[in-house]
Amino acid sequence: MNDLVNQLWLVPALPLLAAGVLALTPRHRRGLAAGLAIGTLALSLVLSVAAWVSTLGATGPDGFRAVRNFPWLTWGDHTLHLGWVLDPLSAVMLVMVSFVGLVIFVYSTGYMAGDENFTRFFGFLSLFAGAMLAVVMANSLVLLFAAWELVGLASYLLIGFWFQKPAAAAAARKAFLTTRVGDLGLFAAMLWLYDATGTLVFFDGGRGCLEAPAVAALAGQTVMGGLTLSAALSLLVLLGAAGKSGQVPLHVWLPDAMEGPTPVSALIHAATMVAAGVFLVARLFPLFAAQPEGASGVPPALQAVAWLGAVTAVFAALIAVAQTDLKRILAYSTVSQLGYMFLGLGVGGVAVGMFHLLTHAFFKALLFLGAGAVIHGCHGEQDIRRLGGLGRLMPVTFATYAVGMMALAGVPLLFSGFWSKEAILHAAHTWPASPGPFYLGLFGALLTAFYMTRQVVFVFFGPYRGEKGAPTQPGKVPHESPPLLTVPLILLAAGAILLGFFGTPAWPGLQAYLEPARVGLTGPDLARLVSAEALKLMALSTAVVLAGLALGWWCYGRRPLTDPTAPDALELAQPGLFRLLRERLRVDELYEATVVRWHTGWAALGDRLDRWVWGGLVLLIQGLTVGLAWLGRALDEFGVNDGFDTACERLRRGGTRLAATATGRLPGYLRGAMAGAAALGLLLLWGGCR
Amino acid sequence: MNGPPWLSALTFLPLVGGVLVLALGERRVVPARRLALGTAWATLLLAAGLVPHFDSSSGAMQWVERHRWIAALGVEYHLGLDGLSLVLVVLATGLVPFALLAPGGPRQQAPLFWALTLFLEAGLIGTFTALNFFHWFLFWELSLIPAFFLIRLWGGPDRGPAANQFFLYTLVGSVAMLLAFLVIYRAVGTFDFLALAELGRTNRLSPQLRLSWGGEPVPAETLTHWVFAGIFLGLAVKVPVMPFHTWLPAAYAEAPTGVTMLLTGAMSKMGVYGLVRLLVPLFPEQVRALQAPLLGLVVFGILFSAATAFAQRDLKRMLAYASINHLGYALLGLLAAAGTGAADPLRLNDQAAALNGMVLHLFNHGVTAAALFAGVGWLEQRSGGRRGLEDFGGLRRAAPVFVGLMGLALFASLGLPGLNGFVGEFLIFKGAFALVPWAAAAALPGLLLTAVFLLTLMQRVFHGPLERRGVAGSDVTRGERLAWAPAVAVMLLLGVYPQPVLALTNATMVALAGSWRAL
Repeated sequence: MNDLVNQLWLVPALPLLAAGVLALTPRHRRGLAAGLAIGTLALSLVLSVAAWVSTLGATGPDGFRAVRNFPWLTWGDHTLHLGWVLDPLSAVMLVMVSFVGLVIFVYSTGYMAGDENFTRFFGFLSLFAGAMLAVVMANSLVLLFAAWELVGLASYLLIGFWFQKPAAAAAARKAFLTTRVGDLGLFAAMLWLYDATGTLVFFDGGRGCLEAPAVAALAGQTVMGGLTLSAALSLLVLLGAAGKSGQVPLHVWLPDAMEGPTPVSALIHAATMVAAGVFLVARLFPLFAAQPEGASGVPPALQAVAWLGAVTAVFAALIAVAQTDLKRILAYSTVSQLGYMFLGLGVGGVAVGMFHLLTHAFFKALLFLGAGAVIHGCHGEQDIRRLGGLGRLMPVTFATYAVGMMALAGVPLLFSGFWSKEAILHAAHTWPASPGPFYLGLFGALLTAFYMTRQVVFVFFGPYRGEKGAPTQPGKVPHESPPLLTVPLILLAAGAILLGFFGTPAWPGLQAYLEPARVGLTGPDLARLVSAEALKLMALSTAVVLAGLALGWWCYGRRPLTDPTAPDALELAQPGLFRLLRERLRVDELYEATVVRWHTGWAALGDRLDRWVWGGLVLLIQGLTVGLAWLGRALDEFGVNDGFDTACERLRRGGTRLAATATGRLPGYLRGAMAGAAALGLLLLWGGCR
Repeated sequence: MNGPPWLSALTFLPLVGGVLVLALGERRVVPARRLALGTAWATLLLAAGLVPHFDSSSGAMQWVERHRWIAALGVEYHLGLDGLSLVLVVLATGLVPFALLAPGGPRQQAPLFWALTLFLEAGLIGTFTALNFFHWFLFWELSLIPAFFLIRLWGGPDRGPAANQFFLYTLVGSVAMLLAFLVIYRAVGTFDFLALAELGRTNRLSPQLRLSWGGEPVPAETLTHWVFAGIFLGLAVKVPVMPFHTWLPAAYAEAPTGVTMLLTGAMSKMGVYGLVRLLVPLFPEQVRALQAPLLGLVVFGILFSAATAFAQRDLKRMLAYASINHLGYALLGLLAAAGTGAADPLRLNDQAAALNGMVLHLFNHGVTAAALFAGVGWLEQRSGGRRGLEDFGGLRRAAPVFVGLMGLALFASLGLPGLNGFVGEFLIFKGAFALVPWAAAAALPGLLLTAVFLLTLMQRVFHGPLERRGVAGSDVTRGERLAWAPAVAVMLLLGVYPQPVLALTNATMVALAGSWRAL
């Protein structure tokens, strides 16, 4: 057991190792690439499951928790530690990530079979899997941040995997930069937390920054406007989480990320990475929930989490209603569902948010892989107006997609999405701070059922509208996918149904496992299911979901679309509103007109300042210097040089005259010598007389 | 006291090698090249050989050589190496062989080019090892002259103005610094760094400064400010600190690739080194008093250079601004640590974090930036001299290995965790945030702005449809991959486990931080 915890580092290390090897593998070694990636991740899954099993049945206020910390850097006499932690939160995430990852890896071998960069693809996937597994088991905020950035890198590489497409290249950059805006918040929070507590290790036998003494100290300090330090830190962390999880107003990158291959959308932009923000809040929940001593009510940080989630849930669902791209609808749906997760964290705590994270991972991965099968079967067509009638042509895909759709819409009883959404709405209903998030949540549920009905009707019902409505050429008929693609769908569909039964009010096993102190019950009890309050709420949400389904069917199902260019049913009713929604509420345009323009303008200003003002000043000084030099040269040439020349000339003339005296005749010289001697004698005499 | 003169050997080896290369003459190019490369490798080996013998538990100078030289002026030949200078010497000597091998080398008068590069190396090593202002300044200037000629003779089309600006700027700074030091020398009669630092530490330097101007004695306080400003100007031009930077983009862009690698990799470190060795030790009190305006200048530079880089259309100019930006982080760490005088042991750790981060960052930036400029040089070589942002596209299709290597260096440069750039930045920000929260917070957006232009570069040059007039010929050759290998190894290894470098510098940094404290 202990040994298992000691070796847990292998879980992320194995896929990372595979990524390293694959980076150096020649492009044609496809079998090796897929085998290595799948093999290492399968090993990680086995280890994760073993670790998860070992955490079951543990008692204690937080359940099972084992940590391993090790020193990384030393400066001054301070040592920075990194480490990993095995507790219920990391264990379920490890299992979920490695399982969903493995299923998607297998699916990718089929989906990407024709791609020339197949080897590279599996290298990037392995990098992602390793980094994501490191995020969930990190016991240190530095390690978590490092892995967090690495999943961002993997996401960048995979969104831009088809880098020849300008849209993909732009989307990759946008994703990295938008999430980095949030990451600045997380980075600042990390620095501040480090400064305030002196450690970034989460759990360290009472000395960690998430343990009671440190959290109490943080909650006891006030920074500004009555905000406690713990709340300020939490808000900064929330900024990071919102960036990664595509929450309003940093959601703009996620729909664009659909430019990546579909398995990537399923793994990174639906099931795992985008949920990392939710996980981060869950991991740092003690910080979010911290209250100064004697304070009551809902902590402000949690209120922010709840409101952010509720607003995003509705905001993105509204946009999803009017989209026509198969994957973009799912992307906005993901944004919206991530909003539900934040809402769940805010109003109900870790278990409520995490439950929806887990169920969503399965049914949204399922939906994306199903969408991938549709795209694959229809030769790259993604516009839902040009699909249609695929229910008959692709029965397995249709059946599994329907399961995913019903789970997402929250169709009662049989589907996991119902139970996890129910838990969120239940918690929101009893939330003391405000009833607002509850109503937003209900409205979002209505919209979700509506847009998913619209999508399914467009794709699977009515006539096939691709290829001008005449699928006659044999190669152009939509076809069911091979088992390599459908078996993962069936596995995920099973998960999308079964997972719900671990979190029903009758037996909240997951809740008890994640938050034993809060839930405090383990045995199944049907009575809780049929309690009056729970039943009333279930009836209400069921009614809302059914209304959404019915509305969707009434708008789109009664008279199936036959002409892809015909206007949408909603467009006929509300053209202005519909256009606004189709243009995604013009958030991108807003950013384009503000932040992007400001930055470009600022950059141009800087460049001009450099070239003309400061550079110009230097040039001016240089010019003055050069001018001075010219002046000096002129002085030299006409003043000094002239003087010099004149002197030389005189000297020369003097020399000539002197030379004339050197006649070579001895008497003349003797005469001179005598005269000299006489002069000398006179001089000496004169000197002697004095 | 004087052991074997390893440091003298290190300094004079490239000087002698350069002279011999010149002596071989114009026509014997192949032996000259062998000799130049051999000298560079030998110097690197010698420098690297010092590392295992460095006593990392001591913050004092090691391998000290001290000889009387010009007794009448109090000039001594005084050499020594501490953790900071050791790292910088290894960096400088490590870069030179690759600068000699860099793409786009000299087409004519090659032996002269190699000899000048070796003279430049001698100047760098001399600067990093000298402990007496007299010969420190000689080496400081010695590095300037070869650099000027290397740009002037082998540079790009606009090399003339670029070289002149580079020379004039640096010369003005040097003259200001020289004058300031003459004032100091007149007052205290020594050029010795350690002695001057001791005077600075005990706050006895500034009251002793004397100068009369037009018959009137200048008050010591005013004079101190002038001396401080003179030294600061000399160093700020070299770093460069905005707004004394306008020589840099032109010089980096016009210099031949190998020279740009040395300019950004090693010479830009001279300024920061000078600040650590001269300005802060001599005037700790003044640095503390001026911390806020100086940090304001630095933060402004970080943000401004990152934004300006975004507007550049020439890859070399863009990376030049990136260089200014990165040195800004190093200065942030230095000034945050130097401007804090509290005798609180917790603060000492934060100072140590910022200073260790600074050294690490200098080293990492040296390697990464040199690699990036080498990459741009490679592009120029393969594309017939083009290096515009718009000249390429979809390069990843034509040269995937090259793009992979460049991508690694670019991500290291933007501070991605797991690569070397992050660790230095993290430590700098860790220290700076604890010591001067406002400056660290104000500099944070720089991390985003850096990512903006670097990712734009990748998007335009590497991604998108393949630009047909892009690059001729093959991907990086086997030999070129071999040349990249050490840089890649440094980026990955120091990214994951930078402790070996920290272990070298920590004792020195703790000692420095301790010596700068207010008494």
